[in-house]
Amino acid sequence: MDKIWEALYQAARLIFGFDPDLVEITLLSLQVTVTATLIASAIGLPLGAWLVVNRFRYRRIVIAIINALMGLPPVVVGLFVYIMLSRSGPFGVLGLLFTPTAMIIAQVIIITPIIVSISHQAIRELWADYHDLLISLNATRLQRVMTLIKDGRRALLTAALAGFGRAIGEVGAIMIVGGNIDHVTRVLTTAIALETGKGEFGLALALGFVLIGMAILVNLAVHGLSRTERGSRW
Amino acid sequence: MTPKAFLIATSLALTATFAAAENIKLSVTTSFANSGLAEVLLPEIAKDIDLNVQLLIVGTGQALELGANGDVDAVLVHSRKAEEKWLAEGNGTHRREIMYNDFVIIGPSVDPAGIKTSATAADALKAIEATKSKFVSRGDDSGTHKMELALWQNAGVTAEGDWYASVGQGMGAALNTAAGMNAYILADRASWLNFANKADLAIAFEGDPVLFNQYAYMPVNPEKHAHVKADAAAKLEAWLTSPRAKELIENYQIGGQQLFVFNASTK
Amino acid sequence: MVAPILPLNLTSIEVRRSGRTILGPLSHRLEGRGISILMGPNGSGKTTLLKTMHGIERPTRGQIDWQITAEEARLRQAFVFQTPTILRRSVLDNIAFPLLLRGVPRKSAQTTAAELGEKVGLGKVLQQSAMVLSGGEKQKLALARALILAPDVLFLDEPCANLDSRATRDIEAILCDARDRGTRIVMATHDHGQARRLADEIWFLHAGKLIESTPKTQFFDAPQSAMARAYLKGDLLP
Repeated sequence: MDKIWEALYQAARLIFGFDPDLVEITLLSLQVTVTATLIASAIGLPLGAWLVVNRFRYRRIVIAIINALMGLPPVVVGLFVYIMLSRSGPFGVLGLLFTPTAMIIAQVIIITPIIVSISHQAIRELWADYHDLLISLNATRLQRVMTLIKDGRRALLTAALAGFGRAIGEVGAIMIVGGNIDHVTRVLTTAIALETGKGEFGLALALGFVLIGMAILVNLAVHGLSRTERGSRW
Repeated sequence: MTPKAFLIATSLALTATFAAAENIKLSVTTSFANSGLAEVLLPEIAKDIDLNVQLLIVGTGQALELGANGDVDAVLVHSRKAEEKWLAEGNGTHRREIMYNDFVIIGPSVDPAGIKTSATAADALKAIEATKSKFVSRGDDSGTHKMELALWQNAGVTAEGDWYASVGQGMGAALNTAAGMNAYILADRASWLNFANKADLAIAFEGDPVLFNQYAYMPVNPEKHAHVKADAAAKLEAWLTSPRAKELIENYQIGGQQLFVFNASTK
Repeated sequence: MVAPILPLNLTSIEVRRSGRTILGPLSHRLEGRGISILMGPNGSGKTTLLKTMHGIERPTRGQIDWQITAEEARLRQAFVFQTPTILRRSVLDNIAFPLLLRGVPRKSAQTTAAELGEKVGLGKVLQQSAMVLSGGEKQKLALARALILAPDVLFLDEPCANLDSRATRDIEAILCDARDRGTRIVMATHDHGQARRLADEIWFLHAGKLIESTPKTQFFDAPQSAMARAYLKGDLLP
């Protein structure tokens, strides 16, 4: 237990001392994960809605595959992205390996299935509600998807935040494709793994507290923004 | 400015700080990184030859793989057989020995196998096997793991059974496991001295010359991967083998102990 | 001059679901002006017939012919469901929604929606979330949303079920107003009084079949079929 208090104290000291290294890796963590969440949401939210609105032959199989992909070990995603981006791989010439971009790509692959799955679930209920009206008004497929996304935004925000939560704490994939290079691709999670490896449990735990604190702040900020944007409550 | 634009701007600013000097990617073993020597050497390298060394801290197997794929410009590892095989496959230009440290056998302070008084490393391992004392193996194909396997073979003992736990992890994680299980483990001295979570573990055996751990520097072959920074790799090699490096390496101490012995031939 | 949409010809339409015939075979013609009221016991096929005419229920057999193509016809009719679908938006945005789907700019759609909302008595709640409206207000909203496209034909499926008499009176007034402007109305109801007040003609359905289709006075004073007589008397039909 003493270790935990020590770590909390250390975390507070790091934060309020504005330790430049801590600021740097925290900002990089945020930058990578926020970007990945935005991209994955841009793909996942419409896809989740599209899967609700469209009935096609292999729909069930596609949904089953997406749900299964949620369980994909990040290390496997990391290896896959590494092989793609390696100098010896098909996209090696782009020189993206060991850059924040590579980490964003890996995180997008990891969280898109989660966002699709949760948004699919949420949109399905809304669709049951809206179905008759949208059909009666002869809405095109695109209009149906856009209407469901617009009116389901609360639930979709939850889906996006779930994706964010998974990505911000992810370490296996970004360790491989980012390389945990100091000042270049080191983020909170890879720094935690590194300090744990050194047996510096206190510092690792302190970084963990910083990570959790940041995740909480992001969630509060998003909810705060979404409320002020819409004066009335639904 | 939107929050996102701010983040991007900030990160660009951060990257820009390090864009001034030339970058070189070097894959190194965890044991080297955990020793803490890198934190002493890298700022000096940046100062002396304006080279920004980006470390990829991985196991020996992965370090060599990154080099073979052309994803780093040079490697610094410590596993002679694997290094020679790697060179034979045309992955690098040459092998340059830089320095060595030594391995030690770590174990519970009560030393249940009684290896403190063993004459050789082989005798120590035989005693561990004979008493079925718990032993944690890296099991990750790293240089340290390879050294451990060679030592078992040398001792003529098959390391198998409940007492032998292969964890498939890096040095730090394996040491954490050994600390948790109160088990014996083979570690490089640097990692051990730098390791903060020692629990009830202590050095149980040391000093046998077979435990010496030679680090070698190998630039990736530019004929195989045209994009590698061969010039920067050569510049780094020159620095690593210079009297300046010798001085820094040999003065690096933890708890009053010198960790590395510089042994590069000055050409 | 816009091409007329009516008459609508239904030829031998039949709707089967999992092996059971729930409507038809049925042939009929919808024409002229005014309000047609669908009556009949529960399960007689009123809702299915309305949805089939509107084109959101696909008949297993038979033909539905408007005077224009089915696609064009869909754009000139509207449907009000028994339980109104309420979009999770403001009342104003709910009413404006069909216009937005048709590509009308947001500003002008909202202006039109505000006028119509005012007319149906929702003027005070336009900016509120539609989710918190009372049952009567929700149905008024659904009606305004259906009327905003000035449809040639308006289908309604028991719009006043579960509403109090004040809300019912308001809605009937809105319907009469729409009728006077030339909207052809087809509506299902259980409420005999409402049928007497609104109908020009009655379509009486039983067990998926159209038993009779007669002017209102004739239906209530001298129904032709034994079924309709029994229904009006309040007997339980087989």
